[in-house]
Amino acid sequence: MSRKLLWVGAAVLLVLPPFYLDAFWLQSGLFAMSAAIGAIGLNVLTGAAGQLSLGHAFFLALGAYGYIWLAGGDERTAGIELTGLGLPTLLAAVLAVLLAGLVGGLFAPLAGRLRGASLGIATLALVFLGQHVLFRAEGVTGGANGRDVPPLNVFGLEFADSPEPVLVLGIPFNGLEKLWFLGLVLLAGAAWFARGVLASRPGRALNTIRDHEIAAGALGVPVARTRAAAFVLSSMYAGLAGVLFALIYRRTVPDTFGLALSLDYLAMIVIGGLGTVGGAVLGAVFVSMLQPLLTRYADGIPFVAASGSAGPSPAEAARIIYGVVFVAVLLFLPTGLAGGLSRLTSRLRRRRPGTTPNPPASNPSREESTA
Amino acid sequence: MSGLIEVLVNGISSGAVYALIALGFVIIFKATEVINFAHPSLLLAGGYAVAELHDDIGFWLALLVGIATTAVLAALVEMLVLRRMRGRDHSVLSIVTIGVDIVLTVELARRIGTRVLPIGDPWGSAVVRFGDVTIAQTRIAAIVVAFVAIAAFLLAFKYTSWGVAMRATAEKRETAALMGVRLGRVSAGAWAVAGVFAVLAAVFLCVFPTPGLDRTVSFAALKALPAAVLGGIDSTTGALVGGLLIGITEAAVIGYQGDIGLFSHGFADVAPYLVMIVVLLVRPAGLFGTREAARV
Repeated sequence: MSRKLLWVGAAVLLVLPPFYLDAFWLQSGLFAMSAAIGAIGLNVLTGAAGQLSLGHAFFLALGAYGYIWLAGGDERTAGIELTGLGLPTLLAAVLAVLLAGLVGGLFAPLAGRLRGASLGIATLALVFLGQHVLFRAEGVTGGANGRDVPPLNVFGLEFADSPEPVLVLGIPFNGLEKLWFLGLVLLAGAAWFARGVLASRPGRALNTIRDHEIAAGALGVPVARTRAAAFVLSSMYAGLAGVLFALIYRRTVPDTFGLALSLDYLAMIVIGGLGTVGGAVLGAVFVSMLQPLLTRYADGIPFVAASGSAGPSPAEAARIIYGVVFVAVLLFLPTGLAGGLSRLTSRLRRRRPGTTPNPPASNPSREESTA
Repeated sequence: MSGLIEVLVNGISSGAVYALIALGFVIIFKATEVINFAHPSLLLAGGYAVAELHDDIGFWLALLVGIATTAVLAALVEMLVLRRMRGRDHSVLSIVTIGVDIVLTVELARRIGTRVLPIGDPWGSAVVRFGDVTIAQTRIAAIVVAFVAIAAFLLAFKYTSWGVAMRATAEKRETAALMGVRLGRVSAGAWAVAGVFAVLAAVFLCVFPTPGLDRTVSFAALKALPAAVLGGIDSTTGALVGGLLIGITEAAVIGYQGDIGLFSHGFADVAPYLVMIVVLLVRPAGLFGTREAARV
């Protein structure tokens, strides 16, 4: 009962921001949602199946540029001849996600056969190859200067700023406000689907492959095919995150999709907790909100320097902080922030007099059995 | 013809440098079964130490200090982080080195900023001429130093008690421990040796014709990673062959990029990865790697 109340409360809280926060926070929050979708996908692959991927940024780029190219038209800006198919934007978004999945499927011969960290090295190739192509294929990507993103249009509802925005409860609803709700819907759908995958047969198969490959094979799990399928699924999640990312920023540049972005995503799932949907979301929020927070409040934080003076900039400070947290979580909190949080709440619940403790069967962590 | 010889010598020279880095990956993998994604930051740390110190204490002393610093840093990573995670899943052990790499690389890149630091080597931009073939002295020095370092390591690996202990550990950890091999010492030693190789490589990555050390030097270690993998991550021979293969590929692409056409510019940065992908498609364990035989 109280759990249901918690969910309702969370839903109400998530609907409120467009009515109270300014564009800076809306954009940061939307970016966190897109990151959460991508991180959920990576967590299915790296967390649940134990297959390291450093190529997540490449699939994000496929989603983002796939959408731009499919939805954009032929045009000419800054001396570059841009091409595009000019498809309806909703169709373009769906096709971009499928494109990411298709390319992930083409990688199957390696994604199915290589194990753990070896796959991580092979996927490095994708990031560097992707960077090379993004900078050179100017007709599609606009080259180093990037390309504008056509706004999404779902059955007449356009996710863009308009000269006369609709007023909802007295608040003008512009592109970001509308996108906020799209982001919420997409994230909820992505989380719901991944939970289903992880909690049922495929999820168990992935966990068994991670823990003991030979045992998984002996139990009848087609190891290579399951690994390849996890790779495809994670690519499609990255593609969807890429489409949303492009819609939020309205202009994408190839520099965004470098190795650093892949490492960001890895940090998200490690910090949040490997192998769970909640962990991916929590980690994504932590990693992607760190830099905007530090940027906004740089003056008040002694460790971070304001721009122009010595000391780490907010961006550098954010990376150092989450790098340290990354290592610390792996050392001291193997289940990540999400796991630590749920352990903490269950311990608090037990301490409180008058409430019955959780039966150990429903929460079989090691701490429970020794207590 | 002279063009081909220059391409080959340059290729072998940078291949020797890549082999040094790749050997670092292999040594660490053999001793601890971890793919060390923190290697780029160790390489950057060593190069940075040499570049900062050579003005005050001279190049050779700076090199010694750089080697010592990086060896200690590498051993510390092993002792403070990896040793505490023994028994956890191997992919998690490799992932934690990525976190170490993020912290070290960001801090070093911040210190270096946008500067290009000269490394202060004694060879400068001098060249050697054989007929109409012109080769930079630094390229020859790279080959000689890499050859000596690798030979010394292979001899130690084969004949000293440390080498025997390490090979025993790579074979079977538990048995080695029961035979009195001190695993902690072997692992920390392996990390330190890999750190030493990384510094030597860093120096030769920053000498002529490169203007000096900048924050992107660490990417060279990421290019040596394909070298280690395509040779076989648990094979020292593989690291040497892989390093040379990557070096020559890169030199050939740079030397002939005018003839390749469309995507030519900057293609040299991608070529190592393409070679790796092709090799892995045919042999997933690399050219000389141990193939795991498991039948279900």
